[in-house]
Amino acid sequence: MPHSLQIIVCAGIVPDPLQTLEPTTTPNGPGIKNEMVLPAVLDPWAASALYEAANLAAKNPGSKLWLVSLGPKAKLQQVMMTIAQKVAFELVPIDGPIGGFPDAQSTAAALAEAIQTIPALDRDKLLLFGGWESASRGAGVTLQLVGERLGIADQFQGVDRIDLRDNGSFEVLERVEGGKHQVSVCAGAPAVLGWATGNLAEPRNNPQVGMTNMRTIMPALQKAKTIALAADGLRYVSVSLPKQQRETRVEKHMTPDEIAGEIVAWIGKDSQ
Amino acid sequence: MESILVLTHADETGATLTRASLEAVTAGKELAARLSAELTIGIVAAKPQHLSKGLRCAVLAVEGEPFAQARFATDAAACEALWRAAQATIVLATHSSRFARVMAAVAHRAGGAIDTHVTTIGGAEDVEATRWYYRQRIEAALARATRPWFLLLDAGTHAPFACEASHSNVEEMAIPVELPPLRTEVTGLRAPQQSQQTIRPDAKLLFVAGAGWTKKQPDGQVHVEEAGRLILDFLAKSGASLGSSKSLVDQGGEGNSVLPFLTHLNQVGQTGSTPRHPKGLATCCHGEEPHVVGWRFIGERRAISLDANCGWTRGKADVVYVADAFKVMKRVNELLGGE
Repeated sequence: MPHSLQIIVCAGIVPDPLQTLEPTTTPNGPGIKNEMVLPAVLDPWAASALYEAANLAAKNPGSKLWLVSLGPKAKLQQVMMTIAQKVAFELVPIDGPIGGFPDAQSTAAALAEAIQTIPALDRDKLLLFGGWESASRGAGVTLQLVGERLGIADQFQGVDRIDLRDNGSFEVLERVEGGKHQVSVCAGAPAVLGWATGNLAEPRNNPQVGMTNMRTIMPALQKAKTIALAADGLRYVSVSLPKQQRETRVEKHMTPDEIAGEIVAWIGKDSQ
Repeated sequence: MESILVLTHADETGATLTRASLEAVTAGKELAARLSAELTIGIVAAKPQHLSKGLRCAVLAVEGEPFAQARFATDAAACEALWRAAQATIVLATHSSRFARVMAAVAHRAGGAIDTHVTTIGGAEDVEATRWYYRQRIEAALARATRPWFLLLDAGTHAPFACEASHSNVEEMAIPVELPPLRTEVTGLRAPQQSQQTIRPDAKLLFVAGAGWTKKQPDGQVHVEEAGRLILDFLAKSGASLGSSKSLVDQGGEGNSVLPFLTHLNQVGQTGSTPRHPKGLATCCHGEEPHVVGWRFIGERRAISLDANCGWTRGKADVVYVADAFKVMKRVNELLGGE
């Protein structure tokens, strides 16, 4: 029996993974050089959460999907031009700083506040989705803090799968050490699910979905609340690129036998 | 004056503290000695009594069957109770899946701040934590004025504390926990659907397979089955852990020939893991993912690639063999088999 759900996906935007990143100092603390002009994408693990959420919503008629995203309005608009063509959602944008260096506690507070302003949100049907870690801060704490602020007592992180049951409960697979999954059964919504990769491929672009989405996304962006994130006692002592450059020995003329012999000897040797 | 609480948990068997927890104990002891701070160790386990032996400091513990399972509601309540009992200004714990699931919530309940994936704790008179941003591309050292400050330490960053069972503890105290209504039941662990386990966090070698294994070979054909046999044979003989580039794992979703034992759990790099192993051998990989992000915490690095001009290996690997990985790994397996 399908259950109508209210799914909120928290997803940030990050520089395209193929870009070279260089730290710099801004008036508000550390940042990425030219971050505003670097091509941006929806955070990869959060994107998995969005696709899983859309799939779940499609299987459960009457469900609704929101995407809550914090970032500079112009960058949000740029990323939404692509993401809006993937799946249907309603955008709840927050106009704020980009990047991994702002404090996660302040970010979580802003996201939780935005979620609390969503009209007619039924918390008993709420599944709060997001990536288990971002590709910027990579701390894996923001979604957990949002859940805590919303008073949600069941949280799962590193989720790869959720199976909704007829009675509203669901089985969830979380990544744990050693390449295994922990299997849990939760009585049902509300719950927080921080997604890892999931099992769905990225949906193809659908211009029709894009046009429908953009009708609500553009007005939402225009009305987006502008916020600043407090440092909250956080002080960066240093921010730098790793400097270790190795002397690479390139072997172009060794035979497979010689290479194999060298590799086997290397494997058997104790590490330095 | 700082005071330190190290939170630990039992392993799956419940019979011992996890290795990563003992690493956090080492970090706690080092920091306490440096700051002349009071140190307390907290244990989350169903039966913690026998786990505290040899820790050689004050121990607080929660106990009971609910703590045998790694679950948000119970673990968060347990860690919160331990912190309230200790009232520490700095809380250290391992960044295990169990503690990563709950510790931000606990920090919030304690009115504190949290930083995770911490690799070193330094600073002269102050406490500074070092961690990576943008998926291991940028390293930052940071300090916080907020207390309590929770720090989750990455596994493999400290030596595990060697407990001497003959030593008894100064103090051992059971802490009561008020549990919320439980809505989640942990029903077990599930390994990926594959003939054998290929992810071995304690392995000395990480073997990274790239998309080149499934590309056309010099005879114009793909040899996916042979690639699979060679890789599995090597893993069996060497005891290595298997990592994969994103492009190879993704091929399964694109309808191409894939190595059936690979899952997203094997993936290293930007949207995968960044494992810690003393050595790494990359084969048929090209690009930044395996060589920069996925290899950040690999000690000695070698690569086999047909592309003599692969810029990503230069400066990142110690040795690059420009060769056909099929031929090399076949011979490697023969040599390992003969040992």
